[in-house]
Amino acid sequence: MTGFETQQPLMRVQGLSCAYGARTVVRDISFDLWPGEVLAIVGESGSGKTTLLHAVAARHTPNAGQVYFDLRDQGLQEIYGMSEAQRRMLARTDWGFVHQNAADGLRMNVSAGANVSERLMALGQRHYGQLRAKAMDWLERVEIERNRIDDRPNTFSGGMRQRLQIARNLITQPRLVFMDEPTSGLDVSVQAKLLDMMRTLTRQMNLAAIIVTHDLAVARLLAQRMMVMQNGQAVEMGLTDQVLDDPQHPYTQLLVSSVLQP
Amino acid sequence: MLHHDRVESDPVRDTQINFAYLDERTKRMIRRAILKAVAIPGYQVPFGSREMPLPYGWGTGGIQVTASIIGCTDVLKVIDQGSDDTVNAVNIRRFFQRTTGVEVTTDTSAASIIQTRHRIPETPLRDGQVIVYQVPVPEPMQHLEPREEETRKLHALQEYGLMHVNLFEDLAHFGHITSTYDYPVLVNGRYIMSPSPIPKFDNPKMNLNPALQLFGAGREKRIYAVPPYTTVESLGFDDHPFEVQRWQSACELCGSKVSFLDEVIMDDQGKKMFVCSDSDYCSKRQVKP
Repeated sequence: MTGFETQQPLMRVQGLSCAYGARTVVRDISFDLWPGEVLAIVGESGSGKTTLLHAVAARHTPNAGQVYFDLRDQGLQEIYGMSEAQRRMLARTDWGFVHQNAADGLRMNVSAGANVSERLMALGQRHYGQLRAKAMDWLERVEIERNRIDDRPNTFSGGMRQRLQIARNLITQPRLVFMDEPTSGLDVSVQAKLLDMMRTLTRQMNLAAIIVTHDLAVARLLAQRMMVMQNGQAVEMGLTDQVLDDPQHPYTQLLVSSVLQP
Repeated sequence: MLHHDRVESDPVRDTQINFAYLDERTKRMIRRAILKAVAIPGYQVPFGSREMPLPYGWGTGGIQVTASIIGCTDVLKVIDQGSDDTVNAVNIRRFFQRTTGVEVTTDTSAASIIQTRHRIPETPLRDGQVIVYQVPVPEPMQHLEPREEETRKLHALQEYGLMHVNLFEDLAHFGHITSTYDYPVLVNGRYIMSPSPIPKFDNPKMNLNPALQLFGAGREKRIYAVPPYTTVESLGFDDHPFEVQRWQSACELCGSKVSFLDEVIMDDQGKKMFVCSDSDYCSKRQVKP
């Protein structure tokens, strides 16, 4: 039930380029993302992976190229051709965005329950009892204790904040989630727990994801496909196991051989 | 109570000052902002707020709005927390007496312009009246979203989930909505608006009110308006709807059971009494049998 049998990709990126002034940081990137597929974008710092993520998530207007997304009622639509209202609506219903620093994606001064149910309230749900029940359900799914629902995220640990951020994004049942280094900054045991949870959720919800990471282990665990970036270009792209076990491009070979073995 | 028999304390019109203090071009600029505000109910129109001869926070926004719309045949009433004789009300009334020489009154039904801080009079307003509110913070989402660039976008795209986050927080922590003043409203089904710090008791009076309601924020440089007979809906949840506060007691001076009551401490022993906050309404009821 991975959805690969469908004919239509969920997202199609064509010839995407981004520049900051005269400096081009993303060069001519194209790829298709299929429903339920997890794509990892790996590469060293400064290789353009975060800029690419922001460009496909409608957070940074690219200099060239198109990003198409399969809308539920209209099929593939170019996201930068939509009105801002439509794009923002899409971003808070069918998409999610998980930030590296949870404080960027959460409201730190309101309770966990309000954080999780904000998207539903933005969609016009006005029944407090139901909103709270749904928030409670989602806190449970991301393994946060029910009695923490009225606590503010600034009383939460790093791992809990990251899980809360995921719950806040997934409550509207999106089809695509963007994640920017979701596990860096967490210690290894918390990382493992989070990865395990994300793997379960993406499978259960048939959720597609684009994950930016510099950690090859994260890519190995979560992603079916990966893209290796260097100097703004996609130097290699393929099935994760294939790329990691038999890297073709010299840069990928260097990257794979640089991983420390404990 | 304002005593009109103390004629010597009423300031006389100072002809050295332009009518209503502001120069004519400034008044025109403010009137243009008011017209735009009336045309888009609940939308905050920026305007070039002027230095006034009293500090921000004392009603400079409301005074500039009143100064721009007042004419020599107008009858002015000024209230502060419902009362005609508190410091803010007395000073603003004297300011307009000195700069315009218009007739002033404490009688709600006799006034053509009512400038108010934090209350709507208990006596229902009628067609042709204008009520001018003094506004400290015009942006209802400010404490949840401090970036103005963002709040303007949220207004433009009608993304108002944030307002309910605030109410959700109240319910989560206290089991009921604790906001009692400056309770956010939806105007004409489109813009969320801060009604200025009036008690939420007064919110229902704004809905379909025959009077023109103007709001001026001097420090924040914003004017907004609710035209006559416009819907003003207080936010709430389906299972926790908007409610106004109620009192166990009646006013001890006039016996009103339906007005907004102030709790007044009477002595050092902690003796209290409840009285109407609207002094004009209360005194009229005391005169009548």
